[in-house]
Amino acid sequence: MELALKIGVAIILVMMIWRLYPAAREQMRNGPKGTGKEWQSVALILLAVAAFVVFLIFSVRG
Amino acid sequence: MNQTISAPRSQEQILASNKVLKNTYLLLSATLLFSALMAAVSMFLQVSPMFYLGSVIGAMVLGMFVLPRTANSASGIGVIFLITGLLGFGLGAILQMYLALPKGPQIVGTALAGTGIIFLGLSGYALTSRKNFNFMGGFLFAGMIALAVAIIANLFLAMPALSMAISAAMILVMSGFILWDTSRIARGEETNYIMATYGIYLSIFNIFISLLNLLGIMGDE
Repeated sequence: MELALKIGVAIILVMMIWRLYPAAREQMRNGPKGTGKEWQSVALILLAVAAFVVFLIFSVRG
Repeated sequence: MNQTISAPRSQEQILASNKVLKNTYLLLSATLLFSALMAAVSMFLQVSPMFYLGSVIGAMVLGMFVLPRTANSASGIGVIFLITGLLGFGLGAILQMYLALPKGPQIVGTALAGTGIIFLGLSGYALTSRKNFNFMGGFLFAGMIALAVAIIANLFLAMPALSMAISAAMILVMSGFILWDTSRIARGEETNYIMATYGIYLSIFNIFISLLNLLGIMGDE
């Protein structure tokens, strides 16, 4: 039963990749490109999220 | 050279995007509450954790094939409640497992609070800064595909280290999606509040599940 469910999830994920791939290719080829400064600001935001997650882990460990 | 140049938006466009934003947050609140209710029902019924996989399959089928066809009609609201209810019901089965751990209630509470803070912080930043995060599209879609491949592999390999790496990467990719989705709504590029709600709901759901996984594995000595 569990294996059947896992195979079901895998099939659905493959279908999701199949549908996402054209959009991803289009975005990477023709989508707007960010400047170095724009990527830097996104990297800082994601770094802040990562630091917050580390803080949450340590707060649970006590 | 590569910077996006956009024309100034008219008063009507601003009003229209504000309306989509308001409707999105209203529907998001309602779907999150409905999910929590369904999670409570599932915990009360003590549903098997295997039901989580079944609910994910059902929700993904509805999200990929039914929601895009109904999102422009009133039936789209019923479909999104069905999807979020299913995911909530499956989540209840997982929460039971976490609550049975020694620090279970603390892990679940911390994951819930953490998800709320991440979502409010990122969407607040995207709304107040009014920055255009469209340039992240390719990176986010490629990241999602890479994550889907890793999830398929780990469904059968069941490696804890890979599971942790997937959860950590999922939190970052979904955080990026919150910035991307919110900026698209605020800038009037997303005009369907049902699809907007679905995108943000999935980001919140995935961040919560990934945080639960990380805190469950790493939260203990």
